[in-house]
Amino acid sequence: MVRLSMCASGKYSSRGPALIPRMKTKHRIYYITLFSVVLLGLIATGMFQFWPHSIESTADWGLDRRSVHDAPLIRLPVANPIPERGDLSCRMHTCFDVYRCGYNPKNRIKVYIYPLQRFVDEVGVPISSTGLSREYNDLLSAISDSEFYTDDVTRACLFVPSIDVLNQNSLRIRETAQALAMLPRWDKGMNHLLFNMLPGGPPDYNTALDVPRDRALLAGGGFSTWTYRQGYDVSIPVYSPLSADVELPERQPGPRRYFILSSQTAIHREYRAELERLKEENGEALLLLDKCSNLSQGVASARKRCYKGQVFDYPQILQESSFCVVLRGARLGQATLSDVLQAGCVPVILADSYILPFSEVLDWKRASVVIPEEKLPEMYTILKSIPHRQVEEMQRQARWFWDAYFSSMKAIGMTTLQIINDRIYPYAARTYEQWNNPPLVKWSSVNSPLFLPLIPPRSPGFTAVVLTYDRIESLFRVITEISKVPSLAKLLVVWNNQNKSPPEGEKKFKCPECTAIDGLSLDQTHMVERSECINKFASVFGTMPLKVVEHRADPVLYKDDFPEKLKSFPNIGSL
Amino acid sequence: MQARKKYVLLGLCACCWLLLFYWGGGVQVRLLKLLGQQRGDVVRPWPDWTDRVLLPGYAQLEELQTGPGSAESPRQRHQAWTGIYKDSRCRMETCFDFTRCRRRGRDGFRVYVYPSEKGERGSESYRKILTSIGESRYYTTDPREACLFVLGIDTLDRDQLSGQFVPNLDDRIKGYPLWNEGRNHLIFNLYSGTWPNYTEDLGFNIGQAILAKASLNTEHFRPGFDVSIPLFSKDHPQKGGERGWLVRNTVPPRRKYLLMFKGKRYLTGIGSDTRNALHHIHNGKDIVSLTTCRHGKDWEKHKDARCDHDNLEYERFDYQELLHNSTFCLVPRGRRLGSFRFLESLQAACIPVLLSNGWELPFSDVIQWNQAVIEGDERLLLQVPSTVHAVGHERVLALRQRTQMLWDAYFSSVDKIVLTTLEIIKDRVFSHVSRNKYMWNALPGGLLVLPEYSTHLAHFPFYYLSLGVSPGQEFTAIIHAVSPLVSQSQPIMKLLQVVSKSKYCSQIIILWNSEKPLPPRSKWPPMPVPLTVTDGRRKTSSRFLPNVAIETEAVLSLDEDTVLLTSEVNFAFLVWMSFPERIVGYPPRSHFWDPVKNAWGYTSKWTNEYSIVLTGAAFYHRYYHYLFSHYLPPSLRALVDRTSNCEDILMNFLVSAVTHLPPIKVAQRKQYKELPSPQGTKMSAPWANPEHFAQRQECVNSFASWFGYMPLVHSQFRLDPLLFKDQVSVLRKKYKDLERA
Repeated sequence: MVRLSMCASGKYSSRGPALIPRMKTKHRIYYITLFSVVLLGLIATGMFQFWPHSIESTADWGLDRRSVHDAPLIRLPVANPIPERGDLSCRMHTCFDVYRCGYNPKNRIKVYIYPLQRFVDEVGVPISSTGLSREYNDLLSAISDSEFYTDDVTRACLFVPSIDVLNQNSLRIRETAQALAMLPRWDKGMNHLLFNMLPGGPPDYNTALDVPRDRALLAGGGFSTWTYRQGYDVSIPVYSPLSADVELPERQPGPRRYFILSSQTAIHREYRAELERLKEENGEALLLLDKCSNLSQGVASARKRCYKGQVFDYPQILQESSFCVVLRGARLGQATLSDVLQAGCVPVILADSYILPFSEVLDWKRASVVIPEEKLPEMYTILKSIPHRQVEEMQRQARWFWDAYFSSMKAIGMTTLQIINDRIYPYAARTYEQWNNPPLVKWSSVNSPLFLPLIPPRSPGFTAVVLTYDRIESLFRVITEISKVPSLAKLLVVWNNQNKSPPEGEKKFKCPECTAIDGLSLDQTHMVERSECINKFASVFGTMPLKVVEHRADPVLYKDDFPEKLKSFPNIGSL
Repeated sequence: MQARKKYVLLGLCACCWLLLFYWGGGVQVRLLKLLGQQRGDVVRPWPDWTDRVLLPGYAQLEELQTGPGSAESPRQRHQAWTGIYKDSRCRMETCFDFTRCRRRGRDGFRVYVYPSEKGERGSESYRKILTSIGESRYYTTDPREACLFVLGIDTLDRDQLSGQFVPNLDDRIKGYPLWNEGRNHLIFNLYSGTWPNYTEDLGFNIGQAILAKASLNTEHFRPGFDVSIPLFSKDHPQKGGERGWLVRNTVPPRRKYLLMFKGKRYLTGIGSDTRNALHHIHNGKDIVSLTTCRHGKDWEKHKDARCDHDNLEYERFDYQELLHNSTFCLVPRGRRLGSFRFLESLQAACIPVLLSNGWELPFSDVIQWNQAVIEGDERLLLQVPSTVHAVGHERVLALRQRTQMLWDAYFSSVDKIVLTTLEIIKDRVFSHVSRNKYMWNALPGGLLVLPEYSTHLAHFPFYYLSLGVSPGQEFTAIIHAVSPLVSQSQPIMKLLQVVSKSKYCSQIIILWNSEKPLPPRSKWPPMPVPLTVTDGRRKTSSRFLPNVAIETEAVLSLDEDTVLLTSEVNFAFLVWMSFPERIVGYPPRSHFWDPVKNAWGYTSKWTNEYSIVLTGAAFYHRYYHYLFSHYLPPSLRALVDRTSNCEDILMNFLVSAVTHLPPIKVAQRKQYKELPSPQGTKMSAPWANPEHFAQRQECVNSFASWFGYMPLVHSQFRLDPLLFKDQVSVLRKKYKDLERA
């Protein structure tokens, strides 16, 4: 395709010059211009066509265009060592090698990803029934595209195995552990980070990944307070694949059709009975959904919910409620939480001992209501007592949490790395406001590092900065007056006139035109210019930051009927 | 012809170039390949798999949604948990009896202190802790209504070598009928373990009790259950406490020294690793790190080659001088993880650089320490100088400000440390009515934010600016009525007219505190805004009761005989909108220190400054009603009711304690209450009574002693409308009424 267009253009341009002499001289310039435009255009097209192709083709020669099945096959000998179970006492200062991270001016950790390998046992059965999942692949590509990534294994501070352990159900525990131990830099799991969203298995569903993993850090979905190593592990959400499939447009916060909605299908029957009792008491405000029993063939049951024969679309229905119940199942972490946040519905979380996702940095009290399971019967009363404005704020915050931290595997991965980064470089850590304030608040709020209401002491006083052009007389007047102030520490005169040099020392200047310039601010064009400035600034700021007030500060006894000599500032207002 | 040649030549050149470009492109391709390879050498990202779309999901939707239902009933699980998760694995869910705290809010959270046994003298620090609990609003003398129990036996020092050590604790505790394996008990401790290992061992079995301990190790800390407290000395003040030392912000914020340390060096034993290495970073210029060997009985026995030189250098610098003049202060672990140095540098606004691996920082549940300190790593001591060098000016300012905020809010007195401990536990017990992290980490601090009032940030007066919102444009007027209704022309009727005419007024509440019974509704004039009359039961403090009827953020508090104009009200309200966390009102008063009486004085004289604005006519945020009734102790409100006086002074104390700022006086047409006492009232004006004035003096002193310091702040300005008394045409003035005499 590219080459074809080349030929044509070559012919055309070679005929060009022969045509020119037959033209009239005055047309020459016209043709020269035309010719050069065509030529330039051709070159440009050529370049555009050429560049991307060449890059892609060079990449072709590299290692990139490969199938997952091309990854090397590794056979695990049965006798391979198995790592120890996770050590519950691990903390950053005991199980993490900080020397690998070192001091760097960007304060950013370097993350290495092991190349993909397919592990099989001695008889050739893979260690995982799914192999690399779409989600884990997305996560690893996100890391490799990020600024955390390094391909230099010797400079890495954190290692991410390419062995997918997101779902423990699809893993052969022992073999997976052996595969981990075989990683070239494993070194007792030091500085290794594993991502797991569905931990535990039947019947007791452990709340952390059961794969023995030495000292590796675990980014886990569904930690309980007994398995979570505070300041070491990272609690992450259980990703909901619906996030990628379903677009739920953000809705204006406010009251919704239902007050409380329960959409989970695997609720313990005791809790379902409790919810039904609540519904009996409070009627229409509650919507209790369950699995649909009689769906026609071909309809994905995961995308439908039913109440008494009425069918609702899931997760769209979540947008119709102010609060959405997220009850623990066999596991503590529920993908429903992600759906609920996406819908801008305030999650009501009933899962005792659950460590909420990213709780190290996110302030969940501003986006959710956490109620002890025991208090499920009081849920309605508790939620009713929350004022409307707060509910709206929580709805906004919930949706924002989803947008920033839940919406994709990339968001989840980047947040996890940032949290670990904040621990290793605590002096460069993101602030509470950076983590928790939605962009809207970030723009409209004032958070200055000088926030303390300090009353400045009289000493060491203040520095006066006098900006001047060439009104010498009024400058001297200002200087004389201001130098009488006891708390003046320093006087700085900024001479802003390139045409004149500043007056020297005590020499008095006579300046006849000075008095005339005093009327400067009354000048009409001057005012117009200043209005234009205001408009320009406001458009650059995107809003009008100036606020109008009707007050001014005067001394307490200003112009009061009171002996002047007893006033601290008698001369104010007597110009 | 020449031109023709030129064009032909040009055309040929172009052709050749194009041909070279397209056919002989090998050069470029090779060039690109080379570039590409170089790129590949630097970054070889995760491959973009050709079969990416074919990859399976990590879990089926069915699996995620339906999941395995849990077979275990919730009740069974709870029982099983309490069996497994106890002692060192305690959590609130398993080791705390919530039923003891059934009643909601404050009433549900009561703390009982066991009486100390006769002849037993606990340490001074423990006495202070018990006093703080005894004076707090959670204290109860009835163990039956208690939610939390505190031992009367001093458990602060559990070092067996210490003189304060109390032996046989196990036996004594077992004798307590309410001990219940320690459930719902709170144990305070500052020192555990002893030479040489200083373990976390308390020397007795605390069972299921909550531990409030200094120098807690993350490994032993039971998250969400224990509370880490700071180490404080026996001289730490009971109340109030000294303010932080930061009195001004200098830009650039760097001080004379960048980093300092002055302290003991341990030659052997636990903690000696770090302390032994500290001298390495000393450069005698901007980094001063001084250690001495001269401590303990036989230090000379262990002394090494460095000791003599170090001891000399050590004497050259003064600790206090360093503390005042250093940007960062090194806070390495001692024998134990926490040290006095931590609070000292916090107060001195010298940003602590922690070298204490595994220390669970004080109140770590609620305080975001990475915004106030630099958490170093003992292993990276030698990196500390370059780390602190790299901290930018803006961050230094922010960190320094935060040290002051935290010091002032949680650490400056034993009272604050103890109350913070209690509030943290209370927030856990009533977790759905608790403070969020922002409330704990922003001014004025968590102790002054009562979650029972609201858990919504925008409902508090002090967060508007940081949230980027403003209060609503309406106010509620509360008129304090004491005289009976006799005529339609008495002052309260006029006041009602004036206030209701304001376009910002949304409702009026009359607080009936007269001896006469409530007049019937028909007696009141018709109003353009809703009028509510409530019974104040003749209590002066009732004017600041958190009335549920108040729907607006702004409250205009009025005395029945206040004389105001509608435009005065409007102007004051607009000023309040700019300063919603302060009291904005008209008549000012002032306090002063009387060196002769050695006490605080109170004056109503016209002076050039003021620190109080009378609440007979003032705007403020309705949250202060709630604070007045729930934060202040009953004793102070009782004082107000007994004397029927001082409620306004107390309100000013409270608001200034929250804001650290003075109230705001606005322009006023007439001097307040200068009119003769209105006809028909038999009571003479109370302010004319000299006894009334003496009472107010006393009030100022008793309030100051409860707060532990003088929160009132002086101001020298008044806010006037623009053009106020300026020599311009009256027609141009919006608030011209204010200038008429």
